[in-house]
Amino acid sequence: MKAKTLFDKVWDAHVVEHVEGGPNIVYIDKHLIHEVTSPQAFSGLESRGLKVLRPEKTLGTPDHNIPTVNQHLPIKDEQSRKQIETLSANCEKNKIELYGLNHPNNGIVHVVGPEMGHTQPGMTLVCGDSHTSTHGAFGAVAFGIGTSEVEMVLATQCIMQSKPKKMRITIDGDLAKGVTAKDLTLYVIAQLGTGGATGYFVEYAGAAVRNLSMEGRMTVCNMSIEMGARGGMIAPDDATFEYVKGREHAPKGEAWEQALAKWKTLKTDEGAEFDMEYTYKAEDIEPRITYGTNPGMGMGITAFIPAESDIQASELPSFKKSLAYMNYELGEQILGKKVDYVFVGSCTNGRIEDLRAFASLVAGRKKADSITAWIVPGSKKVEKQAIEEGLVEILEKAGFEMRQPGCSACLAMNEDKVPANKYCVSTSNRNFEGRQGPGSRTLLASPLTAAAAAITGVISDPREFV
Amino acid sequence: MSVDKFTLLESSCVPLPIENVDTDQIIPARFLKATSRDGFGENLFRDWRFSPSGEPVKDFVLNQSEYSGKVLVAGKNFGSGSSREHAAWAIADYGFKVVISSFFADIFRNNALNNGVLPVQVSAEFLKKLFKVVESDHSQKVIVDLEKQELKYNDEACQFEINPYKKDCLLNGFDDIDYLLNKKNKIQAFEESSLK
Repeated sequence: MKAKTLFDKVWDAHVVEHVEGGPNIVYIDKHLIHEVTSPQAFSGLESRGLKVLRPEKTLGTPDHNIPTVNQHLPIKDEQSRKQIETLSANCEKNKIELYGLNHPNNGIVHVVGPEMGHTQPGMTLVCGDSHTSTHGAFGAVAFGIGTSEVEMVLATQCIMQSKPKKMRITIDGDLAKGVTAKDLTLYVIAQLGTGGATGYFVEYAGAAVRNLSMEGRMTVCNMSIEMGARGGMIAPDDATFEYVKGREHAPKGEAWEQALAKWKTLKTDEGAEFDMEYTYKAEDIEPRITYGTNPGMGMGITAFIPAESDIQASELPSFKKSLAYMNYELGEQILGKKVDYVFVGSCTNGRIEDLRAFASLVAGRKKADSITAWIVPGSKKVEKQAIEEGLVEILEKAGFEMRQPGCSACLAMNEDKVPANKYCVSTSNRNFEGRQGPGSRTLLASPLTAAAAAITGVISDPREFV
Repeated sequence: MSVDKFTLLESSCVPLPIENVDTDQIIPARFLKATSRDGFGENLFRDWRFSPSGEPVKDFVLNQSEYSGKVLVAGKNFGSGSSREHAAWAIADYGFKVVISSFFADIFRNNALNNGVLPVQVSAEFLKKLFKVVESDHSQKVIVDLEKQELKYNDEACQFEINPYKKDCLLNGFDDIDYLLNKKNKIQAFEESSLK
């Protein structure tokens, strides 16, 4: 039998039909929905006179556009309130499980899926959100889709997609102290560029990836889309099984044993071929920071922004436009530059391990007076755990307060907006122009680097504090 | 709810020679609160097109009256970032039927096709030339022929790729859901045989 990649195994097992000269019809095991990209899909369904085919394979949670303070009060903004009410109404009408606002399981869709055991190895999983790639950390084929495709999945539990090409990215060796999964992924994206993996599905491999916790693996897979990849995945292993076991929606008893036997076969066979391979050394990775307006514009925290001579002539106008937006100069170092805001949260770095990392660095220190910090847990469960573990107490002693869960300032749809021209060191995933609010300037980094900036008020090397 | 048919389009172009135009630029997140598909064109490229106080930014191409047409010509890696279909809705609602670039992000490409907007991928050289031509003659028209998969202007022409299934959908104005609904039995059979 021909050697297969992990991706081939999962994808091929879900192909209902190969359309002649076209895409595959791919069966979807789990469909996650949220308030922003689903309402038009439900109304489309209604206007066609269709029902949701498999409501039991669908899960809803509002996250993108919810407030992160006073969640018990009615939402002030009328449009936002309507969007969240529409999700509730659509879920109720179609008998879809909903972790609504104030529900103890509510949170960011990509945090909730794994922590509730919905996300499992070998699945196909989609959501109307590009960071659905997060779930690939479990050895699932998971990717973001548009609203027409959300409607398609609601109506037929299938999606029409051409099979992507396959890429493997191997990171050998061990990450140094103070260097995290976020730094690893920002490093890889800077090597490949924002479109470097477009058309591909990525498998991450190598010791540095293998040694990551599930939270770290989720961070890496989450950011796959930032280099254009359709998705990213990591072969499941004992760490994966350990994480999934016992979670509410995970298989139990005999079903668990059966699932486990199947999941253990989910790895790339010896000799299986990839369309593209890259290999990097973990030792080459420093704590990272971005300086521009796409996630590929990043560097080691002590490095210098490329000089004019380092940039290809054709790319120079866009590069200069980006630096002008950030108000940085070609060839300069940004270590020591002023920071105004710090945001810790999002589907990239809003899990318990991220809050632990942040708390570990600020413990016994004080937030810089000039810094406004938003610490936003990824879910109600993360919030609860942070309280139980004493992290919130540590944060409060250091002058920080924790907000309520949601996507928050990652995309600034709600009130959590960084003002124009202000610099924000953010653990989220995108530093696009205006991403965190009109005119805001985002510097992507790990929770440790965010913590270092929060206590010093300037861009700082976290290795000096850990 | 099928898509508009697309066969052949002759139109002048609107040039946007910027690379990595992400979907947050096409339609910023704060405009995603609507629960219908309509009206997003108003906020297309909002923060490039209008100042914070809402005044049109004079040197942004959509505010330059000499440029008009149903074809947007943009730099490489167009539509990267968020999967928001609102980006494709905004482009369609504004009146564009075609986007030409040397590279498109995957999700945007699908979203565009699902809304009857044709992404036409050309070589970097062809794109560079096209930008020059359009900027020197604002009324320069291009012809996009989906049947022939050909883009041409004056004596220049190039072929573009599209998968035959999607081409068929656009030429006939039907969408993936229409197609999938006809496969109901197959999907059910798959559920019965493969999901045990």
